[in-house]
Order: sequence, then C-alpha cells, then structure tokens
Amino acid sequence: MMGNGKKKKIGIFVCHCGVNIASVVDVERVAKELDGYTDVELSTDYVYMCSEPGQKMILEQIQERGLDGVIIAACSPTLHEKTFQNVAELAGLNPYMVEIANIREQNSWVHTDKEKATDKAVKIVKSMVEKLRGNEHLEPIKVGITRRAMVVGGGVAGLQAALDIADHGYEVVLVEKEPSIGGHMVQLSETFPTLDCSQCIMTPKMVEVSRHPNIKVLTYHEVESISGFVGNFKVRIKKKPKFVDEDLCKLCGDCADVCPQVVPDEFNMGLSFRKAIYLPFPQAIPGAYTLDIDSCLGLLPVRCGKCKDVCDARAIDYDMKEEIIEEEVGAVVLATGYDLYSMQALGEFGGERYEDVINGLEFERILSASGPTGGEVRRPSDGKIPKNIVFIQCCGSRDPELHNSYCSKICCMYTAKHAMLYKHRVHDGNATVFYIDVRAGGKAFDEFYQRTVDEDDVLYMRGKVSKVYKEGDILKVRGVDTLTGKLVEMEADMVVLAMSMVHADGSGELMKKLKVGTDKDGWLAEAHPKLRPVESLNAGFFLAGCAHGPKDIPDTVAQASAAAAKVGDLFARHELLHEPTIVPVIEELCSGCGICISMCPYGARSLDLTKHVVKVNEVLCEGCGACAAACPCGAAQQKNQTDEQIFSMVKAILKG
Amino acid sequence: MFEPKIMCFLCKWCTYAGADLAGTSRMKYDTSSINLRVMCSSRIDPQHILYAFKNGADGVFIGGCHPGDCHYVEGNYKTLRRVTLFKRMMEDFGIDSRRLRLEWISAAEGKKYVDTMNEFSEQIRALGPLHLEQVTLTKEEICHE
Repeated sequence: MMGNGKKKKIGIFVCHCGVNIASVVDVERVAKELDGYTDVELSTDYVYMCSEPGQKMILEQIQERGLDGVIIAACSPTLHEKTFQNVAELAGLNPYMVEIANIREQNSWVHTDKEKATDKAVKIVKSMVEKLRGNEHLEPIKVGITRRAMVVGGGVAGLQAALDIADHGYEVVLVEKEPSIGGHMVQLSETFPTLDCSQCIMTPKMVEVSRHPNIKVLTYHEVESISGFVGNFKVRIKKKPKFVDEDLCKLCGDCADVCPQVVPDEFNMGLSFRKAIYLPFPQAIPGAYTLDIDSCLGLLPVRCGKCKDVCDARAIDYDMKEEIIEEEVGAVVLATGYDLYSMQALGEFGGERYEDVINGLEFERILSASGPTGGEVRRPSDGKIPKNIVFIQCCGSRDPELHNSYCSKICCMYTAKHAMLYKHRVHDGNATVFYIDVRAGGKAFDEFYQRTVDEDDVLYMRGKVSKVYKEGDILKVRGVDTLTGKLVEMEADMVVLAMSMVHADGSGELMKKLKVGTDKDGWLAEAHPKLRPVESLNAGFFLAGCAHGPKDIPDTVAQASAAAAKVGDLFARHELLHEPTIVPVIEELCSGCGICISMCPYGARSLDLTKHVVKVNEVLCEGCGACAAACPCGAAQQKNQTDEQIFSMVKAILKG
Repeated sequence: MFEPKIMCFLCKWCTYAGADLAGTSRMKYDTSSINLRVMCSSRIDPQHILYAFKNGADGVFIGGCHPGDCHYVEGNYKTLRRVTLFKRMMEDFGIDSRRLRLEWISAAEGKKYVDTMNEFSEQIRALGPLHLEQVTLTKEEICHE
C-alpha cells in the first residue's frame, strides 16, 4: 500500500480558470467524481484558484481539515506550482505535498469534445492522487558556498568580470592561456564609433587587474578539468612553463637580443617577427619574458643557452616543468572569446596565398601606432602605400550553405572604421567596400557609417565578390554590383577581408571538459535567450563576451558586468538550496553491483567499500532518475517519484 | 468504436513543455493520450512500459529532449538505448513494437507534439486493441515458452 501504509487526508481543488478550463471540462463533475476516491478528504471547485480568495480557501481548508496534501487541478505546473507551494507552506503544510494536475494546457486547451475531455481530466487528477499518496515530506538540501570565483579568459570581458567581482569583495582567479592578459582588444587600433585608442583604454584596465588585491592572475595557464557543483567547484589548472621567473625578470630584453631563433609574432598577426624568448607586447602583463619552447632551439639534450648566459637577473630557469594546480571556487565566468574564421576556408579570395590579402585583425595591427608599420598604412608584400584598397564584408558570415549562417555583428562597423582610418592616413587613396547590408544598429553607429560615406568618400558597393586573383603584380577583385546588376572588376593594391568570428575553443574541448552547453555553432548557450542571457544552464557558470556570440566592446563589457553581478548575487546568499527530489539508496536492497554508478552523469554515486552498497552524494545528485531506471534491485528510488508511485499513476490513468 | 488508450511519459524539460506549448497555442489533438511527467526520459524503466501495456495501454509514448539537449547531459541517449533494446524484446513478447514510440520533441515544438500525437493515435487505431490485460499465461505455458 502507498504512503507508508498510513491513510492520508487529501484535498482536491479543481479550477475553472474562468472559461479556460470550464468551457471544455465539466469541472463540477471532475470534483464530484473525485469525492470519495481513496484518501480524498475534500474535493471542490472554484472559479480562479490562483486568485486571492482561491488561495485563501486552500489555506483555510488545509488548516481546518488538517489536510496532509493538496492537488490543484488547473494550469501547467510551470505556471503556478510555486504559488500553491507557498500557500501550503503558509498553512503549515510541507510544500512537497502539493501536486498540480495539468488540466488546462494538456487538456481543455487541446480538446473540444467535452465528454472525453472531462473523462480525461478525472483520470489526470486521479493519477496525481496516486502520486501524492506516495509523497513524503521533503526539505531542501542546504549547501555551503565557496565565495571565490574563477574567470576563464583575460580579454576585456574577463578583465571586466574579474574587476567587478573583486570590487564586490570576493577573490578571483583569472586564468589566461596566453603569456599576457589583454586579449584581442589590446591588438586593436582605434575603436568605433568614437575612435578611442584601444590600447589607451585597455592597458590601464590590465594594470588595475594585476594590482587588485583580490585578483590572482594566472597567465600561460589552462583549465584542465572541473569537478563539483555550483558553489563548490574544484578546478585543476595546468601551468605551462614560461622558463622565466616573472618576479625576477627585469624586462631588460638582453635575452631576446641574443636569441638566434626568429619566428612570426602572434601579437602582430605574423606581420612582424619575434624571438623565441619574447615579450608579447610592450605593455604585457605580467611584465616578464616568456620562452616559447616550441620555437626555442631546444633545452635538451643540447642547450643553446645564450639567453640564460646574458640574464643578469637570473630569471631564466630551464628546469621549469609543467605543473597542475588546484583551485576551489564557487562560480565560474567563461570569457573565452573569439578567433577569426580561417582565410584558407575562402580560397577564392586568396587569403594566405597573396600577401596583400589580409584579415581585419591584421589590418588593425597595420593601423595601430604600436604595430609593425608604426601606424602607417603600408602593405605587407613590399611596404608600399596602397592607393586602392578593397574591403570585403561577410567573409564566412551569413553563408549557411558553405560557411557560418550567423552574422558576426561587428564587421560592418569595423570595416567602416577601417575605411575611414585608411582615408585619414592616405588622403589620395580610394577605398571600396563590398557589402550585403550595412548593419549599423547601436548607439551612434549609423551616424559613424554615414560619416565614412559622406565625409570620407568611401565607396560602398552592394554586392558579393566572387574572386580575388593576381594579374602580374596587381590584385584584381571581381564581383557583382547587385544594385545595377553589372559585373564589376577592379584593381586593388590591398584587400582586407572581414572574416567571420568563430568561438575560440577550437574543437570545443574546454566546454566539454566543463560540461557547459554550446549552441550549433559552438558559442556558449545561455540558460534562457531572453530572461537569463548571462547564465549557463549548468548552474554556477556565467557567460561574458564573445564566447557567447559575436559582440562589440560595449556589449561585451555590459555582459561581463552582468555576469559579475550574477556571481555577486550567488555569493551574497547565506547558503544554497538544492532540490531534495534525489535518488537515494535503500541499503537493504542494494546488491552493490554498481550499475547505477555508470548511469550517473554527475559522479554522485560511488561504492561504499566497507558496506558493499552504493552511497550517494546528495548534493551532486540532480534527480534525473536514470539510475533508478537501471537499478535491477529497486534499491535506487527517486524521492516522490518512486517506481511504486509511477506504477500507481499508470494504473490510475489506464483504469481510472 | 475502438478508443485507444495511450500512455505518455514526458520529460519535464522538453516534451512536457512542448505539450504545454501546444496548449498555449490552442492546437488540437486526439484525446486518447494521457501524460505522466518525469524529470528525464531516462527515468523510464522498461518495467513501466510493460506495466502500462499490462494494464490496458494500447500504445506507449516516450518524449525526450533532442540529442545533445538533455538537461541531464546524456539521459536521452540512455533512453534511446533502452527503447531500442526493449522494442526487440516486445516482439518476443508478442507485442507489435510499433506500439512503443520514442520521439525527441523540444519545448519549442508544440506543433511537432500535436502532429506526433495525432499520427500515433491513428497508428494505434489501425493496429487495434492490444488486450494484453486479458492475457494470463499459466505457469506451464510460461515454462513451455
């Protein structure tokens, strides 16, 4: 028999929902048919159960009749389950003794036959009575919180989130895989639409982060794995050896001067060269050289050893090893950023085949005062000033057949900026932009675009480019002007491709390790597209910046601050409450076979080696019930949804 | 006329929400099915399915999240494996395996829920009643089998 063999006093409240239910379901008949059903003490109907008098009636009936449980036959539990649980709690009844029979969304609204719909409603309510008879009183499981956050990614999103969380008074561990924080923003020349110097606004932020007493910056580190749950994560972080002691390095640069190995400079997008021991850029933080082991002539077995010989500070240590460090945190902000879609994927434009066909970030470096040309627009192949420059937008974006279906959002604006800055520096040059649409939605964005057209005489050509090819020394761009319908062919000294943005997590390894959901394109998925845009569905993970999708700097900073506020909200709580509808083990029935252990996606179950039964970490258990279905002994039973309850519900539905 | 009884087990996060959306959108479908909400489709034990058939269900429907969308990471894959295996066993039991249906229906697919329900009801109508509850094998018959 259900309900621990004790008879229960159940109250049933059937809602008319005005005419929403009552016009199709004969609610009086439902209430009447349930009257006298097993354990039913009271069965009644009312026009609006969720209204103030409706709630009052439920509350009074619970108290007057000493009800052990109530069923509200009304709308979907997603709507008012919480409302009625609160009523029960007010009346002194355990909220887990409230069940909702969904007779609106899944009955009155989808059927027209009154007789059949009423019969169906009766069965639905009866099945909920059977469930309720087996329910037990539950209390939410209370869990403590580690009030420390980890931010993954040291671009502008990560830095903003780290600063905000740190300013809330909580410690932050900032993990960056590159040797310096700063991300892509520090590579940019000037930012649209105000033409602020990007480095001038970014580097003070980097310094602020490095000096903040609550922030621990771990550069050249990568997240290896994470275990635990919201409020209580354990993170394993790989520390890649820099072979240079950050505290001892004096930034004299003697090591780089003697280093014989020359490789392309990543910070300048390969447009200049660096040594194997290098400082990524002058304002790098932490301010210390890094020895890039992949480019170094080799530490073993034969050492070149020149850099160590000249280092007066004795900062270079060839014996540094990769290490794994552990950090305990309560929340994680993911700010892993973006990369550009490979130019090789668009072979028809000749990127990576012709030196003077470059991507947007490369052009940013050319425009930047700290770039390889000192801010002068000179083309990579021969250093000449290009007199004709063509910009091609949507390279790999908005192309569902061949490339990415999404819009990369920022390219319209940065291409306008590129064309404008080019014209500011090469007054007699011609700039042409091939575009599909100009999407300039944003504060002062459209005015900025208009300025490039009206004041800076940039030619906007609506259409797609089919091919960029070389005739002798001259690049030729062939495309179609879709406004006139004519084929266009023009000569160019340089072509800049607005490559699509892609998430920076390569094959998605990191997000798989973190068990964080992504969308079809690999961007991080938000918990709700409208109402929870900065949280992951995986509790305790928050999203910031381009890891979540293409974004400009103001949006990125806003989202990072929002994510930090959400972390603050989590940390401000006294304790966390965890749903108690978990799947414990009935030790007397458990044979210790361990099948359920392999079913659990959260590692909540393990074998108790002394008792030879399975034990459950109730905080890790999310209550999916996959183990309960797999247990051959019936020892794994989900709280308030036991096998016995499911059987009785099935029976009530089919025979009721 | 034969009125089929269809037992539906719906996962709370996707298909149950999809069924709610069908209601909110006032779409209409056959009355022959009744839903039971579970946290995840992987909560469904083949015993539950068999129990439904034994108690008069002519069809059993299981609805879960699309592959990759499971709220519990991978529960729907477990369901898929169990259902595939169980369908083979059903044939051995003498139950047409078309009487069990598994579909991935998301919270946004109210229309798909409606279409599936109508289609499945039609299919069960065509298959006719199962009457498994009337079948009682004697001990000898079970041993013989």
